[in-house]
Amino acid sequence: MSANTPDAVSSRRILSIWLPAMAMDRWRNAGDEDRRSLDSRPLVLIADTAHGPRIEAANRAGMVAGARRGMMLADARTLCPDIVTAPSDPAGDLAFLEKLAIWARRWGPWSAMDAPDGLLVDVTAVPHLFGGEEKLVADVEAAFARRELGLRCAIAPTAGAAWALSHFGPQGAILEGQGDFEARLADLPVAALRLDDDVLTVLRRLGLKRLGDLTGIESGGSGRDAIQRRFRNRKSPAANPLIRLDQILGRVPEPLLPVVPQHMPLVQRRLMEPIRHRQLLDKVVEDLAQDMARELEGRGEGARRLELGLWRVDGEVVVRRLEMASATREAAHICRLFAARLDDVDAGFGIEMLRLRASWAEPLALEQGDIEAAAETHGTSLSACIDRLTVRLGTRAVSRPVAFASHIPERAQRWQPPLDPEPASQGELAFHKRPLKLLDKPERISVLYATPDGYPKRFRWRGGVHEVTRVEGPERIAPEWWRERSSTRLRDYYRIEDDRGRRYWIYRLGIVGDGRGGAPDWYLQGLCA
Amino acid sequence: MSHADLSSLPITAFEDVAALSARRSVRWRSGLAAVQGAAHHTEVFTASGDAAGAGVALALALDDLRHLPRGDGSEADDRRNVLWVQARDAARLSGRPYRAGLPQSLQSRLVHVLAEKAEDALFALEEGLRCRDFAFVIGEMAGNAKALDFTASRRLTLTSERHGIPLFLVRIDAAHDLSSARMRWEVASAPSSAPEWNAQAPGDPAWKAELFRARSHAPGTWTLSGGETSLTASKAREDTDRAVAGWTAGLQHRRSPRAR
Repeated sequence: MSANTPDAVSSRRILSIWLPAMAMDRWRNAGDEDRRSLDSRPLVLIADTAHGPRIEAANRAGMVAGARRGMMLADARTLCPDIVTAPSDPAGDLAFLEKLAIWARRWGPWSAMDAPDGLLVDVTAVPHLFGGEEKLVADVEAAFARRELGLRCAIAPTAGAAWALSHFGPQGAILEGQGDFEARLADLPVAALRLDDDVLTVLRRLGLKRLGDLTGIESGGSGRDAIQRRFRNRKSPAANPLIRLDQILGRVPEPLLPVVPQHMPLVQRRLMEPIRHRQLLDKVVEDLAQDMARELEGRGEGARRLELGLWRVDGEVVVRRLEMASATREAAHICRLFAARLDDVDAGFGIEMLRLRASWAEPLALEQGDIEAAAETHGTSLSACIDRLTVRLGTRAVSRPVAFASHIPERAQRWQPPLDPEPASQGELAFHKRPLKLLDKPERISVLYATPDGYPKRFRWRGGVHEVTRVEGPERIAPEWWRERSSTRLRDYYRIEDDRGRRYWIYRLGIVGDGRGGAPDWYLQGLCA
Repeated sequence: MSHADLSSLPITAFEDVAALSARRSVRWRSGLAAVQGAAHHTEVFTASGDAAGAGVALALALDDLRHLPRGDGSEADDRRNVLWVQARDAARLSGRPYRAGLPQSLQSRLVHVLAEKAEDALFALEEGLRCRDFAFVIGEMAGNAKALDFTASRRLTLTSERHGIPLFLVRIDAAHDLSSARMRWEVASAPSSAPEWNAQAPGDPAWKAELFRARSHAPGTWTLSGGETSLTASKAREDTDRAVAGWTAGLQHRRSPRAR
């Protein structure tokens, strides 16, 4: 896992789901109506032990009556004589949790069980399909509510933080990767570190009750060493609070076991003669792509990311990575995309081995025969279309406008690759109308006749004379002093319409007497619809 | 059998033909997509120096999109993207789309392609029409490029009709050359109506649009005006309407001697 770099941590999103009363909910939902009729009466699920029946779970009425998990049934009976009992079923609970884990993959490509009563789902790059993380959480809550399972859930950049928040944080907490990451976790109890009970006892005796106490000690300098010494023999993460703390903060990777284990498809060619020429290389890559396509087809998957390793005779390894916008196993498509990436490979004394690895594969149904034929009948997908466009026109030519935090109009829009996620942005104020199109560079207009109010009555632009009939403005946009030189002048924007109905967005750069130059110039920047 | 015999046929024979023909040749109006389906391959001619062409293309496209009948299996929330292809010279003449000025529903759905040459722009348009994940495709090309001849335009029409993705091609400063576009408009900006709260300000955009060639509509001139969520077409010229009233496949002319 490469989760130890800060970037990887902040970009990862893990959803932790905790079902606090899973055994009881399952027992209640499994049977017929008369099980539900027991809701208002004290009920416990019991397991037989060497010392008699012990309580495994209690419903709400049972809790009120005094029954607790881990209590002997005889003790509970003294508190509440008419308590109802039912046998607990730990094996069934585990099987149920496993099914839930697979079902929970509806929110993410990958999920893990967090026995005995939790789930972890990797929702990285998924929330936009649900309309954002808040809506994803709402969807989780609604889905579990439909199944009548009580839950608490949280989304955080690491599994540890998500677990801690789901168990001890507010319901539906969403923790962003940057900024107050540590501060928001500081108030959680040390139990949120997923430690063994004896370790918790030790920490309690040391007076370390909250995560903030631990992190505070750390920033003090020598505190970490003291904890390190005390727990020096504990290698297991569950027994060492420092390891757990680092896992929560994403400083050390935490391997998780997904419900469905995945192996990477891998094909390779060890060549008899090292290849030195491009033509031969293309041929071998084509063979590899076909092998990979067959391999993926057998598993019903398509590759999202491919790594082509070229082992050179002199010990160098050249790696070319390729990421597809969606899963594919078209050998021709893979070849075509790789062809562009192999131009700058230096073969040196020759390449003796090639290995193609699909480091990221996703399920892909077996229906699609040939990408060209399929495209003829029901159109290409967006990703394939963008692949084709970028291959011919270049990556810079295909882009998507996104908002950027700036007041200056031309700076408030940036262009990014079309399939990248859209960055968060503040909504534009609705009463500021903006033009449909913006010129690449504001063009200077010469004002022939100005009104006393200050805007032009008649101006010349691109050789034509425009008679202004209607004006709205000014909208004053001050220079951004944190980005620009102090001599930058402010802009007064006007929306105007000329006598023939053409609508423009013009501005005056500076005002008379602002001490930043002579008489202000006028520019035309936008064309309104 | 001479054609004079046509008028001696019973009038009911004409009724079906006339009804059929009338259905095929309704006059263009906004919201027609609800009846006829979206128009494929529309060309919008405009002069450079204002954004009327792009504005009309967007307004027509959104109007079609709003009124298209939606099947049961369709996505509840149309999240398909929109492709906007600009040749470099068109972008230089009329600017690039500005996100904050786009209609609200399109702001996060726009994919923009800036093509260096006309050939590249045509390639991008055709690839976009083949893609099922686009709601519609807008192209902007300046002048009468050599690459955009009748063959190229026919290719675009066929691709558009085959995959059912509408194409709106804005032709900036171009002559009305040969083209296989199903509808061809000539548009220019028109003075906008005064807004309610500030009569001095420019209002909702308005355009004078002349449909000078269409496969299934009579030609005519309208004043289009539209906000974000509606497109209204007011008839600009009553006389042109009357002039083309008998346009319906000439049936009116044939029937008139019999009525006399």
